[in-house]
Formats: sequence, C-alpha cells, structure tokens
Amino acid sequence: MKASANTLEKNKTKKTFRELGLLVFLIVLCVIFQAINPTFFTWENLADMLRNTSILAILAVGMMMVMVTGGIDLSVGAIVALAGMVSALTVQYVPQLPAFIAILIGMGVGLGCGAVNGVLVAKGRIIPIIATLGMMNVFRGLTYLISGSKWVSAHQMSDGFKSIATGGIGPINTLIIIAVIVVLIFYYFLNYNRTGRYIYAVGSNPESAVITGIKKDRILIMSYTLLGLLAGLAGVLWVSKFASAQGDTATGYEMNVIAACVLGGVSVSGGTGKVGGLLLGVLLLGVLQNALPLINVSTFWEDFIQGIIILVAILLNISVKRRADKNALKRREI
Amino acid sequence: MDEYILELDHITKIFPGVKALQNVNFQLKRGEIHALMGENGAGKSTFIKVITGVHQPEEGTMKLDGKPVQFKSTRDSQEAGIVCIYQHSTAYPDLSVTENIFLGHEITKGKMRTLQWKDMHAKAQELLERLGANIDPKASMGTLSVAQQQLVEIAKALSSQARIIIMDEPTAALTKRESEELYEYTEKLREGGASIIFISHRFEDMYRLADRVTVLRDAQYIGTWDVNAISNEDMIIAMVGREIKQLFPKRKIEIGGEILKVEKLGRTGYFKDISFHVKKGEIVALTGLVGAGRSEVAETIFGIAQPSEGKIYVDGKEVKIKNPTDATHAGLGLLPEDRQKQALILDWEISKNIGLGNMDRFRDGPWYNKAKESGTAQELAEKMAVKASSIYDKASSLSGGNQQKVVVAKALTSDLKLIIMDEPTKGVDVGAKAAIYEIMGELAQQGYGILLISSEMPEVLGMADRIIVMKSGRITAEFKSEEANQEKILEAAMLGE
Repeated sequence: MKASANTLEKNKTKKTFRELGLLVFLIVLCVIFQAINPTFFTWENLADMLRNTSILAILAVGMMMVMVTGGIDLSVGAIVALAGMVSALTVQYVPQLPAFIAILIGMGVGLGCGAVNGVLVAKGRIIPIIATLGMMNVFRGLTYLISGSKWVSAHQMSDGFKSIATGGIGPINTLIIIAVIVVLIFYYFLNYNRTGRYIYAVGSNPESAVITGIKKDRILIMSYTLLGLLAGLAGVLWVSKFASAQGDTATGYEMNVIAACVLGGVSVSGGTGKVGGLLLGVLLLGVLQNALPLINVSTFWEDFIQGIIILVAILLNISVKRRADKNALKRREI
Repeated sequence: MDEYILELDHITKIFPGVKALQNVNFQLKRGEIHALMGENGAGKSTFIKVITGVHQPEEGTMKLDGKPVQFKSTRDSQEAGIVCIYQHSTAYPDLSVTENIFLGHEITKGKMRTLQWKDMHAKAQELLERLGANIDPKASMGTLSVAQQQLVEIAKALSSQARIIIMDEPTAALTKRESEELYEYTEKLREGGASIIFISHRFEDMYRLADRVTVLRDAQYIGTWDVNAISNEDMIIAMVGREIKQLFPKRKIEIGGEILKVEKLGRTGYFKDISFHVKKGEIVALTGLVGAGRSEVAETIFGIAQPSEGKIYVDGKEVKIKNPTDATHAGLGLLPEDRQKQALILDWEISKNIGLGNMDRFRDGPWYNKAKESGTAQELAEKMAVKASSIYDKASSLSGGNQQKVVVAKALTSDLKLIIMDEPTKGVDVGAKAAIYEIMGELAQQGYGILLISSEMPEVLGMADRIIVMKSGRITAEFKSEEANQEKILEAAMLGE
C-alpha cells in the first residue's frame, strides 16, 4: 500500500498549494502596491475596495455553482443590466416604493432569466455557452427595449433606492454585508446541504449521477436559476451604487466573473471549485481594479496589465503544482 | 422464507427494432454468489438494468422475497436493497472517498438536514477498515487506483446495507492479485448476508467464487448450472454456441535478427534499469501487476514520455525518439490500450480511420488523395480480414475484435518493424479474443516483432516466445515460454527476487 500512501500525500500537497500560491501572490502584490502608494493600506481605501468587490463576489459565487455543473453563463452581465433597469424604472414611476421591494423585483427578474437559461440547457440540451450567448443578446435587447434606450439617472431615483448602496450598519457598507451573507449562505449550501453536494456530483460524473437517482435536469435548472437570482440582486445593487441604469450596464462583466472563478481554482470542466479559493480569486481581481489607478497607471494600460497579472497568477499556480507533483514522484522509490 | 430472494420469470425487453432480452429466467438463492456469463452483446447489461429499474420489461414478472415487484427507477431498486457496482466506474473523481460512499444516503442532522461530515468520515474509515483497506476517506476518488476505487464501491454497498449486490465485470481491469483480493471482499459481502450476482468474462472468476452460473446468449436464456457440474468445454459451447478449438493459435515462426534493443532505460518515478530486446517474428510479453510500470515503458519507447536515462536501438542503430512521429519513422507502432478512445474515431468510416494512420502517405502535392486512401484501406482491411460490408462502414458498427483489426490496419499504413500491443484483449469476449490472437500470429509470421503488454496470464503463456516480468518499475525475471508457468510468473510479479 506504499504507492497509495504516496498518492494521498501528493494529493494533499496539491490542494494546499493551490490556495497557498494564490494567497502568497496576492500578498506580494499588496506589498508592492503599498510600497508605491502608502494610501493603499488605509481603512478608507480598503473599505472602498471591498465595497467595489462585493458585487463581483455575489456574481462569482453563482457562477462557480454553474461552472461546477460543467456549464458556464455568458448572460450574467445582461441579466445585471435588465434586472437593474426594471427595478430602476419601477422606482422612477413609483418613487415611494420601499427599497427592499425594489430589490425583490430585481431578484425576481433575475430568477426568471436564470430559469430560462436553465431550461434551455437542461431540457433543450443546448450547450451552455451557446444557450447563454443567445440569451445574453435577448436580455440585453430587452433592456434597451423597455428603457426606450434612455438612461434612468440619479435624480429620477428615490433617496431610499440610492441609499441601498450608500447606507450601512455602523461603518460597514450594506453591499459588503449583503455579499458576506450571500457567501455564507452559499458556503453552507454547497458544503453542508445534500442538494448543494449533488451539484458537484452532476459536474463530476453526470451519467452516474443519473444512475444514483439524482435528478440531473433539476439540479442544472436550479443552478442557473440561482445564478440568475444572484445576478438580479447584483443588478439592483449595481444601479443603486452608480445611481444610474443604462442599456450598456455591466457589458462584458461576465468575463470578470469567469476570470475570478478560474483564478480561484474553479475548473472549467466541472466538478471542482471551493468558496475559499473563489474568495481569493475575487479579492485578487478587486485589488487589481482598486490599486492600478492608485499607483498612477494610465487607464489605457489598466486592462492590459490586469490581463497580464491574471495570466501570471495562473501560470505560477500551475508551475507550483507541477513542481509539487514532480517532487512527489522523486520521493517514490523504485 | 422462500429459498429465492429474487426471481425473474420470462422477462422480455424490447428496444425499437431489437429484442434485447427474450424470455429470460433467473433465480437468485439467498446468500449465494451467482455468476452471469455471456459474450458481449448477449444481453447481460440489459438484464442488470431491468433488475435495477433503469429499464422496465415489456413482458414477464419479477419477484423479490416471493412478492411481485415493479421498479420504476433506480431509486426504487435501491430502496428495496439492490445495489449495482457497474463495470465502468460510476465514481465521482472530484469528490472525496467518503462522499462517494455516502452519496444518495448521507448522514444528516436537524431540520436543516445539515450534512455531518465528521460522522461520515469516521463511518467511511470504519467501513474501509472492515474491508482491510488502507485508503484515506478524505482523498479524492480520482487519485486512487482502479482496484482501490472498486474497494470504495464495495464499501458503499456495505454502507447501504444492500441485500442483493450486482457486480458487473469487476475484475475486467484488475490484475490477478487484485482479483484475488476482490474475491475475498466479495466473500466478506456474502458472509455479511448479501446475495450476489457476479458478471464476468473470466472462467477463473466463476470457478473461484460462484455457486451457480446462468448463461445468456443472443438475448436468450441458455441455462443455469451448478458450477461444479459443468465442464470448461460445455461452458464455452453454451456461451459461444460453437466450440473454440484453439484459443491460442501459436505458430512456428522463424525468428530473425534483432529489431529493438532497450538498454538501461529509466524514467524518474516510474521505472529504472530496463533492458531487453525483440527480434524479427518474435512475440515478447511484458507482464506484471497493474502499476508495475509496463505501460509506462511502452509509452516511453513510443515517445509519448521522455526517458531520464538509457538508450533505445532500432536495427542496431541508436535512435532518439522525442515524440510518436519519431517512433513511427523509426518503424515502431503502438496499439493503445483503450481502442475506442485512443485509437479509433468511432463516427468515421473504416477507410478514414485507416488513412489517419499515415496521412502523409496519401498526399498529392498540397491535396489529400482520397482514392489513394481508399485503395490502401481496402488492401489493408482485406489483409487483416476485417468483417464489414464495405470499408465505408462506420467504425462504431464493428464488433470489438473487428475494431481491433482496423486499429492494426491503421498502424500498418506506416512502414513498421515492431508493434507494441497494450492489453489488446482487455474487455473483449472469447470470440474476439481468438480473432486478436490470430492477428498477432499473422503479424509475427509476416516478420513483425511484437511487444505484448498484458496481465492476462493465459494470453502471455499462450502467445509469447519470451516473457519479461516487471515489478515496481524493475525487471524481476525473464523466461523462455517453454520454461515459464503461471506460478513462476506470479512469483516474479509479486515478490521479485
């Protein structure tokens, strides 16, 4: 059983390294930023950064769930826009509407959108990237249609609505609180709930999931619907934060969300992905977006540098993992 | 209490256009191990799926404990205490061993039905220990060997308190030693009170384990016998419907000069000090337990992986093989272990599959010459005696043995001197096996050298001129075929020097 003990050991090193490598990279990056601009590590800046990262975190949790099933959702940016626009228009016409109702409306829209994606993938058997690519355009088009291609601006929104993103409990902003709650709920759901674990089972081996008696189609529909729901919530928060709802809100944002997931160790082929790793991925993206302007990088260079750093992080991760594998092999006696 | 725990009476299952099962009868006694035998396509898999509720039969009745039952889904059969360990691993590679064991019947607590990981890990550990298996329940399933994965499946059957356990070709991917262990575990399951249906191609499984045996052929019920009361020959006749005179048509072949020589070949972490040679017209078997490093040696010779030390000679000249293309140019061919995944494109026609072996050969300037491809394919398919209505049939329409012939034909499009065959008969039935041995003999006769990688003892003893045994990455013994026997090989494979 010597060989098996070795594979176990190898496996363990692999797991810890994956997250550790990312953490070290994140810390090094922070130290560099701090050295260039000492205002990086101030309470104000960190709070600001977390606030800006909250929406990404909410979306990434949902995206991870869909990616664990082996799928992907390209329409989240469009759902954010549509849900945000619907809630903003509602507030524009009914200014006295309580803020939490506006949130519920946005979540309802997102839920509907996600359910459509889920049914197309599970029942229509369209591959996820195509189904959601199609729906991305549909949702985006709907956003322009219902708004007549006009913006809903700050002065057309009630103070209550705008205060969703500006208010908070004590010094902590509402967005951060909501993100933390979402992450905690989904952490529990994905690790300590049967249905949550079945998402992993479906992604890891779809055929045997069916043999085991797991209702695969239901799990798929549920995953896309929950992501839709989270995207709806994110839409309302987005519009409230920027105090503006536009047709092109969050265009291309799905790519940031997917990048955060991949950085966090979520496998594109399904089956793997952990909330802990995901948070590191989200934080890395958050730090980049916050710090690059802070160290006076020209806006023209921001995307470029961000892309390079993401690739470097992933390459580092892979090479650390390869080295760990290689060392494990060397330890094996022949 | 009835003598029989499970009875199937005149079961017929029809798929559009085919009768997959016709009037099949089956009785499982309490506490017995009942072997179910038959060639591929005999209807064994459909039969299991009827018992587990994946398929519903058109005719016939099924009784559990003497009472008629109808299973609408696998969940129904699971609730009735029937568990199936499938041939193709149904494991979840990304999930932990514990989760693989408990998926579908997790331990939960409270109104929220929170999963109790601590309890499940502890329970899994206990189950695995009860089987005497040294496996970490927290490890991911994907990091375990096939044999270990099967143990986990057995632990799973134990944990669900199954009364009837169906094992679908559990030994197909195991070595002799691992099979031996599996027999022990299977008997432990029986001692625990389970009745077992054991499906297999191997006679040794049946003799070692089963009390009774039922044979299916061409979707029909042939008969049920006490294992002690049926001879090997009668069994083959029952399964195949004809007599297989000689499974190993070993030919007398003039052995020529040396083709391949490997000197002190090594690859860090896999094998070391591997030296041997293969001559013209010679079949050399490389055997050992799974994990001994045989396939890794073959991969390295063929350029899929790089050696860390040692030299390879072809026709006396040293060759540097950096990739499979180099290997092919040097005159080496590899028939991979997994025919369907690694060697064939099942949706393509036979001719295209053969052409894929050496596309350069069918080139006319910048164009691909289809007529040339078809001509060569036709010639090679005839040479290998591929049974198909034409070379434009899809590869998926062929039987296992015929698919293997196409794979050989594909390799022969290049100018080869030596062919490496990696487990060429894994998972094929008796008839197809005979066909593959025939091919092997034919190739050797034509002057090819053959390096046969196999863990099937009868095959190694029956076909090879020389037998090289590996254990844990090293060669532990070499025998001429006339001086080798099963015991000697096993000793070298398990104990080494």
